[in-house]
Amino acid sequence: MSENQTTVGKAIAGGLWTEIPVLRLMLGLCPTLAVTTGVKSALTMGLCVIFVLVCSNLAVSLMRNLLKPHLRIIMFTLAIAAFVTIADMYLRAFQPEMSEKLGAYIPLIIVNCIIICRAEACAAKNGLLVSAVDGAAMGVGFTIVLCFLASIREVLATGKIFGYPVMPDSFIPLAAMAMPVGAFVSLGLLLGAVNQLTGKKASTL
Amino acid sequence: MDYAVGLALTFVSIVVINNLVFTKFLGTCPYLGVSGRFDTAFGMGLAVTFVTTLSGTLTWLIDHLFLVPAGLEVTRYVCYILVIAGAVQLVEMYLRKFFPPLYQAFGIFLPLITTNCVILGLCLFLNQWEINNFLDAVVLSFGAGIGFTMAICIMAGIRENLETADIPECLKGAPITLITAGLLTLAFMGFAGMIK
Repeated sequence: MSENQTTVGKAIAGGLWTEIPVLRLMLGLCPTLAVTTGVKSALTMGLCVIFVLVCSNLAVSLMRNLLKPHLRIIMFTLAIAAFVTIADMYLRAFQPEMSEKLGAYIPLIIVNCIIICRAEACAAKNGLLVSAVDGAAMGVGFTIVLCFLASIREVLATGKIFGYPVMPDSFIPLAAMAMPVGAFVSLGLLLGAVNQLTGKKASTL
Repeated sequence: MDYAVGLALTFVSIVVINNLVFTKFLGTCPYLGVSGRFDTAFGMGLAVTFVTTLSGTLTWLIDHLFLVPAGLEVTRYVCYILVIAGAVQLVEMYLRKFFPPLYQAFGIFLPLITTNCVILGLCLFLNQWEINNFLDAVVLSFGAGIGFTMAICIMAGIRENLETADIPECLKGAPITLITAGLLTLAFMGFAGMIK
């Protein structure tokens, strides 16, 4: 095995903690900020990303020996766009309510940097199994962060999770948490907390 | 005359009131990643403006002249991304030839304009808002780019001053930038509801 090849174990650990998207890599921020107003939309978004990530990693891994360096980004995006179209049509047919709510953010998965990043950093160099596992692990890591952030914001903004009230009656909903301000500030504080806990000066940006 | 006023209002609305960065979270990655220095941020903004105008106009034309009449709406995303990738390639070649220092400064972020959500997002919103007028589409595309430039330049100005500020160790870098961005959106919310 050469240097830049990854093992299955490493891929799982990378996706779930050491390289967890959003928190460590600072990638895929716009869906993170936009869909975390509620846990349900965050979960739907996360599942779509897992599907697209696994499929595109598999496709890229299959064609990795045919790629020309200067054309590879276009090939990646085209493969991703095809899978996103599938996910979008599925949602529109079976989850019309969520599809309505997420709107343009589903097609925007195409330009989610995490997916391109994994295609470039992992799938273009590794075999089918590792690529698929890497895609799944990264997708799950992304979904966990989304749901965590969404639960914080949903509880503080409405006092409910999945529509069930969880806060005492005296709780006053913070409308700002449902607005863009809440998204940026809570993600900033979350990153700060992660940096503090791991004692590491992460992402110099 | 009324029409010109309408166009001007559309422009102001997309730049200030419905700014894609502040209200739709589009383009957050470059917004946080390239806003370290003012001149780089400005250059990035101009490149994005150019690509947005070009690809917004082109995708609108392709959509209305080709995809809808031919019933090929399913391939919309694939077509959009192809147009955007082509436009970025054009800007990249132009910069490399005529502005090498700027090209060096962009580094990896130039090819990444392809994956800048502002551009694809705008093309999709043009479709979602059912813009049926060619001039409106052009003005909105251009305005979205200008709005992005404005946002990233404001951010770069603030961050240059942040460097000398006394920030808790764990908030340095990305976290404080995100919190600053949050406060900025709060300021821009003051414009909400002024026009439609």
